[in-house]
Amino acid sequence: MRFMVLVKANKDSEAGILPSTELLTAMGKFNQELAKAGVMLAGEGLHPSSKGVRVRFSGGKPTVIDGPFTETKELIAGFWLWEVKSMKEAIEWLKRAPFGGGAEVEIRQVFEADDFGPQFTPELRAQEERLRAQTAKRAKP
Amino acid sequence: MTTSDTHRAIDAVYRIESAKLIAGLTRIVRDVGLAEDLAQDALVAALEQWPESGIPDKPGAWLMATAKHRAIDLWRRNTRLERKHEELGREFEIQQKIAAIDLDAAIDDPVGDDLLRLMFICCHPVLSTDARVALTLRLLGGLTTEEIARAFLVPVPTIAQRIVRAKRTLTEARVPFEIPHGSDLAARLASVLEVIYLVFNEGYAATAGDAWMRPELCEEALRLGRILTGLLPKEPEVWGLVALMEIQASRLRARIDPSGEPILLLEQDRARWDQLLIRRGLAALARTEELSGALGPYALQAAIAACHSRARTPAETDWARIVALYDALAQIAPSPVVDLNRAVAVAMAFGPAAGLELVDALTSEPSLEGYHLLPSARGDLLTKLARFDEARAEFERAASMTRNTRERQLLLDRAAACARGSAAPLR
Repeated sequence: MRFMVLVKANKDSEAGILPSTELLTAMGKFNQELAKAGVMLAGEGLHPSSKGVRVRFSGGKPTVIDGPFTETKELIAGFWLWEVKSMKEAIEWLKRAPFGGGAEVEIRQVFEADDFGPQFTPELRAQEERLRAQTAKRAKP
Repeated sequence: MTTSDTHRAIDAVYRIESAKLIAGLTRIVRDVGLAEDLAQDALVAALEQWPESGIPDKPGAWLMATAKHRAIDLWRRNTRLERKHEELGREFEIQQKIAAIDLDAAIDDPVGDDLLRLMFICCHPVLSTDARVALTLRLLGGLTTEEIARAFLVPVPTIAQRIVRAKRTLTEARVPFEIPHGSDLAARLASVLEVIYLVFNEGYAATAGDAWMRPELCEEALRLGRILTGLLPKEPEVWGLVALMEIQASRLRARIDPSGEPILLLEQDRARWDQLLIRRGLAALARTEELSGALGPYALQAAIAACHSRARTPAETDWARIVALYDALAQIAPSPVVDLNRAVAVAMAFGPAAGLELVDALTSEPSLEGYHLLPSARGDLLTKLARFDEARAEFERAASMTRNTRERQLLLDRAAACARGSAAPLR
């Protein structure tokens, strides 16, 4: 099973202040552990929301809202994608991460094809196929 | 936390720690079987104590320390028994041994050499292939005997016995706990890679039973492969195998339709291919290309798989390159199966008639007798040449040869389509 581990933003990450060398080293070591155990599929840190935008879909035309965004605790500062056998295993791994100072990290399970079950209807499939055909056409020079 | 909650957490901890634990213990006690017993003892102790005390901060170190104390107890007990019969000198020797046990070094194995030694010992040539697979899944994958039995559709006692025998064989043969060197390394590494790929393939194309594939086995093999790239980062074939597995696994979702029927490569919805795994596979392939001048068999197969991954539509597939890669593969790992795949690629690159000529040449190959993919490929090419009667006979023959229920149905559907004088089965 795959899990996305979402690291929430804080004042420092939003201010663009990079973590201390100490924390970076510890995090590097933790990432190495994850990779060595064959657990980590991907992991990235994100720029502060001041460099981000939001696109809002309401009514007619989508509107673009520039960052920064205020609700710091709801913002994401980075993420991992892990492959483990259970949520419990993901929790046990996360407990080993070198966070501190009130950091809150969220674990969410990633949907797999099986999870969609019968809801993945032939119509949805057809729609996906059209999309694919369009993408393929557009990609051609 | 409730007790059952804690038990699940302990299971998770054990899955994370068990391979390292067993590897470290094997270095101390020089016996895989005993090491696993000690690790299990530590697990039982955790199950008894953690629901009360809570999970320790460093659960891995706790398990290791507990297991090591059991080991010392065991030695002391043996020593007391031996004291009755033997000279004090003997006891001195054992005391020396205990003193030499380096607890901290056993826990802290930053390079992962113990894990690597454990991989080599689990895949040792004194063991049968079946035993290597079972032992690897048990000791390195942390799978239970029940899980292994379920994955391979074999009764639990069969697997249990296989593991017991394998451990006994290793003890009796006094197989050293070491990383092989020089020319030995290549042969021993080939065995490790073979075992991992066997596990992957058993998951990818289940040879028997109702399910067309068992993704958990693929995931386990991939995990072992990824671990191995960390342990032997300079071995090109390790990266080659991982590249191959990542790319093949990228298609798992697209390989079955909602009713569980298999979908062949060229008919798969490529939007459902896992782009993350493809990227990882291509990166691993790039690593193996950087490391070696001439690609090994796994890397070549990965390069072939990559040709499909890079093509947005089946029509964009670079079949000529695939033919060239199969040529290279046939050079270093000649096999009729490779020839068959090459023939199929030739058909795609240069037309079905050219492919059929090559496939026909293989029909007299004794090692392909009973190999259902030969008549299946032949049927496919005959269909493309609109020779439906002959094609039907081939699909029916192929259907009678496979043990996989789903695959048999697919072949029978194609035979029925040929009977109607059409290439496409009814859906």
